[in-house]
Amino acid sequence: MKTKTLKRPPAKLWQLRLYVMDQTAKSVIALANLKKFCETHLKGRYRITVIDLMKQPHLAKSDQILAIPTVVRKLPKPVRTIIGTLSDTGHLLVGLDLRAAV
Amino acid sequence: MKINGHKPTAPATRLPKCPTGIQGLDEITGGGLPRGRPTLICGGAGCGKTLLAAEFLVRGAVQFDEPGVLMAFEETEKELTANVAALGFDLAGLVRRKKIVVDYVHIERSEVQASGEYDLEGLFVRLGHAIDSIGAKRVVLDTLEVLFASLPNEAILRSELRRLFRWLKEKGVTAVITAERGRESLTRHGLEEYVSDCVIVLDHRVNDQIATRYLRVVKYRGALHGTNEFPFLIGDTGLSVLPITSLALNHKVTNERIATGIPRLDAMLGGRGFFRGSSILLTGTAGTGKTIISSNFANAAARRGERVLFFSFEESPNQIIRNMHSIGLRLEPLVKRSLLKFHSARPSLCGLEMHLATMFKEIAAFQPHVVIVDPVTSLMELGAAPEGKGMVTRLIDYLKAGQTTSLFTSLTHGGHVLQQSEGGMSSLMDSWILLQDFEGNGERNRVLYVLKARGMKHSNQIREFLISDHGIDVVDAYIGASGVLTGSARVAQGDLEKAAVLSSQQEAAQLEREVERKRKALERQISDLRSDYEGEALELRRIAEQVGTRTLLLGTERAASGILRQADAKVTARTRVRSS
Repeated sequence: MKTKTLKRPPAKLWQLRLYVMDQTAKSVIALANLKKFCETHLKGRYRITVIDLMKQPHLAKSDQILAIPTVVRKLPKPVRTIIGTLSDTGHLLVGLDLRAAV
Repeated sequence: MKINGHKPTAPATRLPKCPTGIQGLDEITGGGLPRGRPTLICGGAGCGKTLLAAEFLVRGAVQFDEPGVLMAFEETEKELTANVAALGFDLAGLVRRKKIVVDYVHIERSEVQASGEYDLEGLFVRLGHAIDSIGAKRVVLDTLEVLFASLPNEAILRSELRRLFRWLKEKGVTAVITAERGRESLTRHGLEEYVSDCVIVLDHRVNDQIATRYLRVVKYRGALHGTNEFPFLIGDTGLSVLPITSLALNHKVTNERIATGIPRLDAMLGGRGFFRGSSILLTGTAGTGKTIISSNFANAAARRGERVLFFSFEESPNQIIRNMHSIGLRLEPLVKRSLLKFHSARPSLCGLEMHLATMFKEIAAFQPHVVIVDPVTSLMELGAAPEGKGMVTRLIDYLKAGQTTSLFTSLTHGGHVLQQSEGGMSSLMDSWILLQDFEGNGERNRVLYVLKARGMKHSNQIREFLISDHGIDVVDAYIGASGVLTGSARVAQGDLEKAAVLSSQQEAAQLEREVERKRKALERQISDLRSDYEGEALELRRIAEQVGTRTLLLGTERAASGILRQADAKVTARTRVRSS
């Protein structure tokens, strides 16, 4: 499996967006969880953008955000959405469709 | 104390209301939805939940200057705009003018993965941002329950929804939340637990293949409301709810009378016809001339310069015009002069409520002085009996309030049940004219009588009415030992009477001739007798003369012989003188 992935051209950069509300407990936990997760699975090929809807409320509509916190995988396509504090790594793996990629 | 015509101001404790602007709904709820609180509207698919909510928003923005936010979970902005455009609402225009914000919440269960706890702050932010961006006073959440299907962890969702409604109240917006109706509870996910201020249930039922929508205010905390189920419909100007039970008997009345177009019928109604603004029922079996009498009434009113609205549920306008032409009524020029307007529709075209709403709309637009419904029974057959009656009640009430004279024809089939149901309807009517068929002598004749005419002296007589090329003629029917005589029997009776008169006339003439003859005979006799007498008298005179001459001669002779015989001459001479 691993040899297979290595033979492939280097994976594209992962663009992740984390939507939070201010510095609430859930938001802080989610950001920490996401960072930890990415360091483990996507080291060196990810970028996290944190969007605070408190400051940019209009983005909630344009990005179809309902739940907080929400992580949106902008790249690679297709777009994936995971909601919650990201404490469940298994669900996160499924949500980001990382099982196959890893 | 100053008396003004306005309603007394509501006490301070009364709930402030937020008018929906939806025809009839504000009447039922006593002014609208609870202001600043959420209202739940639930119902099955196709009940009109979204349309009701959308109309609430649009009317709020247009009529009450209350901008609104529509958060749609099921339909996109484009779809919504198209849907409400059918009701004549320009959603896109309102969005452009910043009167309404539409936010389509797209959420796909398959695209969302949950990991850990979450909250709905995103929704709050979106909603809050939308509300603040236009200063919205009204909010619609169209089928919030979609969230249950698309977001995991129901426990979180429930607590978040509870928070949402509290937040909406704090925001002070009047919110409408739509929800699918559940099997056992009002809503599928028990939203009524959270929204407890006002709950409206919509229903959609099919009776006899005709679908009717109903609205019921299940709950309205802190306010009086009509608890009945009210039919409502979705027309091309939005929803209208028909509150049948909110009727009051307080319309103005007038003493003005209007002619029926049939002079003899006027005469039967105290000489001056119906009261203006009264309701008239014209009952009869098929072919008794209901439409003809109605048309005459319409014709008379239109020729007086009044506007007449003719609802026909049996014939097309052209058919009526043609048919009436055959009895000498020319309705076409009246139609051209917009004094007479026909509205024809098949009764089965749509449900009762739809018909009623269409009629209301037509009446409101045409502002008629006289409204004719021909026949009202075919409409009433559409709904259950109380429904139909309720509808007529409502229509009459509406017309009376506007002092519009209404004439309803009612087709009966001559059964007992129908007569009963008509009795039910007749209590609503001010005047009731019955048309009947009389069969006999191998023919069918029409008679008419006034069964009831409130507030006026009216004839108790049965009259026969004839339909000819010149229109309607009401004539006296003969009433004899065998009942009422009509048609040829009446003519025959007339002939009989004429013959009797003739024969007695002839008899008299004959008698006169006889008398004359007798008089003449008598005169002849008299003249005969007179001539007899005259003859005899002449004879007598002649004889007397003869006798005199003879006596004279005799005397002379005697004297001469006396002289000769020297007899007593004196005596004989005296005798002669005496005899002459």
